[in-house]
Amino acid sequence: MEFLNTFIKAAFVENLVLAYFLGMCSYLAVSKSVSTAFGLGLAVIFVLGITMPINWLINEYLLSESGLLGMDLTFLRFILFIAVIASMVQLVEMVVEKYSPSLYSALGIFLPLITVNCAILGGSLFMVSREYNFSNALAFGLGGGFGWFLAIIAIAAIREKIRYSNVPPALRGLGMAFILTGLMGIAFMSLMGIDPAALTAGK
Amino acid sequence: MAETAVKEKESVFQFGNKERKLLSDPLNDNNPITVQVLGICSALAVTSLVYPSLVMAIAVIFVTAFSSLFTSLLRNYIPKQVRMIVQLVIIATLVTVVELALKYLNYPVYKQLSVYIGLIITNCIVMGRLEAFSMANTPWRSFLDGVGNGLGYGIILVMVGVVREIFGKGSLFAGSPIELKIIGPNADYLINTVDSAMFAWYANNNLMVLPASAMFIIGIMIWIQRSYNTKLVDVS
Repeated sequence: MEFLNTFIKAAFVENLVLAYFLGMCSYLAVSKSVSTAFGLGLAVIFVLGITMPINWLINEYLLSESGLLGMDLTFLRFILFIAVIASMVQLVEMVVEKYSPSLYSALGIFLPLITVNCAILGGSLFMVSREYNFSNALAFGLGGGFGWFLAIIAIAAIREKIRYSNVPPALRGLGMAFILTGLMGIAFMSLMGIDPAALTAGK
Repeated sequence: MAETAVKEKESVFQFGNKERKLLSDPLNDNNPITVQVLGICSALAVTSLVYPSLVMAIAVIFVTAFSSLFTSLLRNYIPKQVRMIVQLVIIATLVTVVELALKYLNYPVYKQLSVYIGLIITNCIVMGRLEAFSMANTPWRSFLDGVGNGLGYGIILVMVGVVREIFGKGSLFAGSPIELKIIGPNADYLINTVDSAMFAWYANNNLMVLPASAMFIIGIMIWIQRSYNTKLVDVS
């Protein structure tokens, strides 16, 4: 149950894109069509869902003082986390290149750039600062990835439609994407304050 | 081969027109945020006050400048296949230095910025400049390019911070030693909305405190910039 609660909270209430503005670069750059956004969203879910538990294990058993080495190595956290993320992204890149060359060419530079997608590292850092346990870390990874996926699909769909509207030339493209994201952020704020744990406890 | 080596030697620490352009270009024509759309990720959430945005801007300038310098120094020794990992290790080391320094120098701001200091690692502008510029240019020019892009990024950050803080809180530089109270409902403020008949209607705009307002402000900034600088307009 706790797993589900964290999942829902990460996906909707504390959406990584719309509440924390993480992963904005690829969110704005790859959201021109729904199909590429879909592929990138899936890749992000996968990478977040894998790296969070791995980083949790590393943080718990290697870096913390009560871990296997018995030393406080938390200053190495950034370097180790980013190394795990970079190698996972490399793996995803090889898999996508083998099984879906069209998606691979459509995603282009943004596939390796998932490494520097702030949502991935941000998820791991939030996990540390909020002191999640293992199952919560997994749920937060999958849920956060799912929330990111939803957000990028939503903006891609809106941007596909808005191409037929009469937007002032200087605002076309990027400027409008920013303002739309702001509006979506406000819409998602209506979910803020919902506590899934309280809802299920009342049943 | 020999010729290029001589050229490289000549250009060390030179500061001519080309170098000045490296610094000034990212401020407007090639701004990291409003034109290149890189590096928006880690910073929008910190711009609700000016002081943390300023600290963040300085941290980013430091990281972009020195990561560009070190990558450029090492560029001939980095194998192409593992270059991303090498770059990330350089960036992560610098960010760790920044984090520890800030923790020591100013703990309240460190607490306020929380995970966003760590997220400078994944700030796309750092990595983007390393890939696009430092891997192919001399150390001195890469350093200037790094400083320029850090500045272009920082300027937007501080501008957004100023707008959000004035309209959202009625103050400037809150939390720093030079805090300036501009408009608010008691005598501490420069314009006291309770006494003054002219400003009695004024209330802080709570939208500006929300993260979403940063999106609107940047959207409007892009609008203004592109109205003046028509060559940036998106034609697609």
